[in-house]
Amino acid sequence: MFQTRFHGRGGQGVVTAAELLSVAAFRAGRHAQAFPSFGSERTGAPVVSYCRIDDRPIRSREPVVVPDALIIQDTTLLQQTDVFAGLADDGYIVINSTRDVPELGIGEMLAGRDPARVITVPATRIAMQHLGRPLPNLVLLGAFAALTGLVGLVDVQAAAGERFQGAVLEGNCAAARQAYDVVKAHVGEGVGDAMAAVSAGAPVFDRKDADA
Amino acid sequence: MRKQIEGSAAVAQAVALARPEVICAYPISPQTHIVEALSAIVKSGDLQPCEFVNVESEFAAMSVAIGASAAGARAYTATASQGLLFMVEAVYNASGLGLPIVMTVANRAIGAPINIWNDHSDSMSQRDSGWIQLYAQDNQEALDLHIQAFKLAETVSLPVMVCMDGFILTHAVEEVEMPDQATVDAFLPAFEPRQVLDPAEPVSIGAMVGPEAFMEVRYLAHRRQMEALEVIPAIAAEYGAVTGRVRDGLISRYRLDDAEIVVVALGSVIGTLQDTVDALREQGVLVGVLGITSFRPFPLESVRDALAGARSVVVLEKALAVGIGGIVANNVRTAVAGLAIDVRTVIA
Repeated sequence: MFQTRFHGRGGQGVVTAAELLSVAAFRAGRHAQAFPSFGSERTGAPVVSYCRIDDRPIRSREPVVVPDALIIQDTTLLQQTDVFAGLADDGYIVINSTRDVPELGIGEMLAGRDPARVITVPATRIAMQHLGRPLPNLVLLGAFAALTGLVGLVDVQAAAGERFQGAVLEGNCAAARQAYDVVKAHVGEGVGDAMAAVSAGAPVFDRKDADA
Repeated sequence: MRKQIEGSAAVAQAVALARPEVICAYPISPQTHIVEALSAIVKSGDLQPCEFVNVESEFAAMSVAIGASAAGARAYTATASQGLLFMVEAVYNASGLGLPIVMTVANRAIGAPINIWNDHSDSMSQRDSGWIQLYAQDNQEALDLHIQAFKLAETVSLPVMVCMDGFILTHAVEEVEMPDQATVDAFLPAFEPRQVLDPAEPVSIGAMVGPEAFMEVRYLAHRRQMEALEVIPAIAAEYGAVTGRVRDGLISRYRLDDAEIVVVALGSVIGTLQDTVDALREQGVLVGVLGITSFRPFPLESVRDALAGARSVVVLEKALAVGIGGIVANNVRTAVAGLAIDVRTVIA
């Protein structure tokens, strides 16, 4: 099982991001589950959502407390909440920022971690370029796909296609591709063994009958 | 068709497959996405004939459902929490009149203190209302139970509440297998009401009675719920035969055969419990899970049979009956009366 936790603020698409990752994983032939944390969410308030991916049906519905990956949509959360709580020692971190990781002032929290697994992506800026709106979630999923290899860019784009259409879909797909390409150039064939957490590699069942 | 969708959307699509003719609802978290999705389906014209009635309150929602059902329409509504409480007077009338309305309860705690978190206080408050109550473990079961609920309601002439944990299921995106329309149509024929309110052939239903008839009517409702203990597994088997998803209907058993300790629960926590049982089994603890799908009627015999080999039973429940403790646990104690089993309540 591979567990991802998303941190952001209400209005940034934190819940949608987890849902879209689950759809991308489903498209890639995995079992997946996404759900939000539950409070009285409102625009600007810290929001958390979760996505589990596995090659077996997922039964647990507990919040993810020991994530294998973090996707952080808003750097103002880095100092305010314990976003790194429970992260696996070899966990992945994708942060939405125009700055490089060493400039974020979180060196202490990243001590002992493999630098190759911690990346920043200027996701909001990329989204503004392609969509004209600060919606970073598909950009971050493009980066996540390149970093972990757990889902393909094509799966992320297919997930986008279930939610968006027209220019918004095209913009999101182009933005996800840009982030994917940037991160891919950075990490090459990927780092670590995220896929091994889920299965030997082959999809668990054929998705040909899935809803188009 | 296999889909990766939100639980609320899955339930809305399943309800639409059951071809309700009247849908009325007032939005309340965490039920809102279900009725939003249904209103979109009705507006699209894909579900015909069906009237979506916007009402001004939950009391009106249940009242409209009662009127529609009494006039011979297949009727559906959904609510949660305070919304269920606001419709309670009409909830009892629906069951007293024997109207086969199906209602989703997206389980949520009741204030005060104000809270939108999931527990079972809302539906548990209606356990004696005369409605059948089914609790879904996951979104697959939630959508399957809704389709079966219409058939069950119309077979036994009682309304059915399908309870699904608010947020935990309603807002979870996971994989479901959605039956096609032809399968559902073959399983669930058109509603043939026992009697219809029709100006051309007037009848009275729910007329004033004295105490001598009142308790008899109540007893007949009880009898129908007892009959439902046979009907529920039969419908579950019939549904399983056409969908391949075979469930008992009344209970679910997980690693019970040699279990010395059994955890009893309702709803979405069962999946988490199953994972926990597997982990404890690896440490040599002989533990299992009994899920109760049908809380009303309460399957005393099935529960007694499932727990007969246990030494200790822990009932994990999501509603605190202030002044007595666990509601489900007291039902379980009735089921195992006379057996040397220690029954404990954990309310979480």
